[in-house]
Amino acid sequence: MLLQQLINGLTLGGVYAIIAIGYTMVYGILELINFAHGEIYMLGAYLAIIFLGLFTAMGLTATSLPLALILTAILTIIFCSAYGFTMEKVAYKPLRNAPRLSPLISAIGVSIFLQNYVMLTQGATDKVFPQRFGEAGFQFMNVNVTYLQAMIILVSGLLMFFLHLFIHKTRMGKAMRATAQDKTMAALVGINVDSIISVTFIIGAGLAAVAGIMVASYYGLVNYFIGYIAGIKAFTAAVLGGIGNIPGAMLGGIILGLVESTGAAYISSEYKDAYAFIILIVILLIKPSGILGKTTEEKV
Amino acid sequence: MKPILISLFAAILFLPFKGLKAAGIMFISILILLSAVSILKKTKVIDAIKAIRIPEAGRFKAFLIPALLISFLAFPLMLKDYYIDVLIMSGIYTLLALGLNIIVGFTGLLNLGFAAFYAIGAYTYALLNTKLGLGFWTSLPISAGFAALAGLLLAIPALRLRGDYLAIVTLGFGEIVRLVLNNWDSLTNGPNGITGIAPPSLFGVSLGKLNLYYYLVFLLVLLAVIIIRRVESSRIGRAWIAIKENEIAASSMGINTTKYKLYAFAFGTFWAGVAGILFSAKMQFVSPESFTFMESILILSMIILGGLGNIYGAIIGAFILVLLPEVLREVQLYRMLILGIGLVLLMVFRPHGILGGVKGVHFRS
Repeated sequence: MLLQQLINGLTLGGVYAIIAIGYTMVYGILELINFAHGEIYMLGAYLAIIFLGLFTAMGLTATSLPLALILTAILTIIFCSAYGFTMEKVAYKPLRNAPRLSPLISAIGVSIFLQNYVMLTQGATDKVFPQRFGEAGFQFMNVNVTYLQAMIILVSGLLMFFLHLFIHKTRMGKAMRATAQDKTMAALVGINVDSIISVTFIIGAGLAAVAGIMVASYYGLVNYFIGYIAGIKAFTAAVLGGIGNIPGAMLGGIILGLVESTGAAYISSEYKDAYAFIILIVILLIKPSGILGKTTEEKV
Repeated sequence: MKPILISLFAAILFLPFKGLKAAGIMFISILILLSAVSILKKTKVIDAIKAIRIPEAGRFKAFLIPALLISFLAFPLMLKDYYIDVLIMSGIYTLLALGLNIIVGFTGLLNLGFAAFYAIGAYTYALLNTKLGLGFWTSLPISAGFAALAGLLLAIPALRLRGDYLAIVTLGFGEIVRLVLNNWDSLTNGPNGITGIAPPSLFGVSLGKLNLYYYLVFLLVLLAVIIIRRVESSRIGRAWIAIKENEIAASSMGINTTKYKLYAFAFGTFWAGVAGILFSAKMQFVSPESFTFMESILILSMIILGGLGNIYGAIIGAFILVLLPEVLREVQLYRMLILGIGLVLLMVFRPHGILGGVKGVHFRS
């Protein structure tokens, strides 16, 4: 029973972790809580349903399901990355030197816009994922693990691994780390800060898209407001691990997923959504820098 | 060439959700928009919009304020019930906007869970009235006091946090309050809410009738404006503004920033409590649905629209955002969509709101 909850929690945690990475990367560079990040995840879930529906109508799903799924994933990631890119250009870039509250309010505006746009174009009712994967799976230490769960855990693990390589082993990753440390200095040594910021948004949005696809296929149902709650939870995960810190976001996401699934099973499932908020408030009050974060002095 | 590419890009973004025809329309409209913007930029219209300063009422003030007061007093005599109802809601939102303006506008502490204090005010009266049989007038100070106490209790630990962290904690608090109201069935009756709340009465006359209730709301709003104006231009108000402008500088000038921030939280949430009791006494019904995150955002939008830190801006913002959807009934569906775009545009083009730039309306530097 406990082990079963751990597997469920790990699945959930993997999803939270890869959304949280998007928050933490943007915060690391811009010190901005990208409030609309959760909406990108929601758009990803919708796009997966739309594209897979399209391929089903074209008959591709019947001939080759894996091909249809891969194409769906690629298209969804491309579109979501484009949304992330556009969002930054339209709503945040003009505000880069504005007071700190302005971009946050602008982000809330983007979030409201995207939610309502999807509601108006796709309807307010739940959308069903066109492909069911069923309960097929395998036994692992007397616990049922569905193939989908294994897939989600595997994919999120791999993504985190590759992201880690990207940040630490490539030139672009180095430039990103430099920009996160000090934008002005990075610009002085010849890093194009604007394009680094764009790349950050594109990667974050691409990861959120993957999370969206995974959740849409896992639960089979999506709605236009899933982005808000998932966004808050992923943000909690990012803060829990130490915002601005990528391994921290991964750790925070997994902890949050585990707390939520065990809490729902053993304490109360009615307050399932409240756990994230309570963790968030407690961690901010006790150790705002998070588990892996460094404390920063306030600069004059 | 560049505008065409941008429009094409934007049109493709809309493609999966709306289909080919809508994407085509998007392409053309964004192209027109971009050309319009570039023309406006060339002719410096945008700079002009950014630079618009609403003139101070100045000489007209002596005439304007009495005229407004008299017309507001006369409205119930000539308007239909529907309009009075809308005006009452505008008044309740004005109180909320005024309260939030103290916290966000004066002191610069972003609060994204203001609806929670509104809910606490509303539910306090609902419970006191239906379970204990207390009347409106006894409950008024209790409800407002409870909201202020909740604000204080949240603020004491939360104020150690900076800007956006504080915003997220208040957001979390707002959600927790709503979840508790939704799930504590034995006390709050869960999602079904509490019914049968009594309207107020005065000297044995029930104020349940809309036009009488209107005067009650009007009086409380007037009282709030007078009190908040007095506080704003007092030592406390100046301390708040100093904290907003530069917290470190303020504390090195000898201002106890924590103390004044707590004052701001308690004083601001107090008015949310007043708005809450007015709301539940008017509706005679409360449910958690009325106090969502979107409600908090709506109140925040009001003060941003009007101009942060400006009492009259808060009033104007509240009236615009309550009246606009009523006037534009046909676009009811698009209300939130427009609000979202509006927030972004406002931040990009006019971050100080409608009354931005009208500084020091009644105390000059």
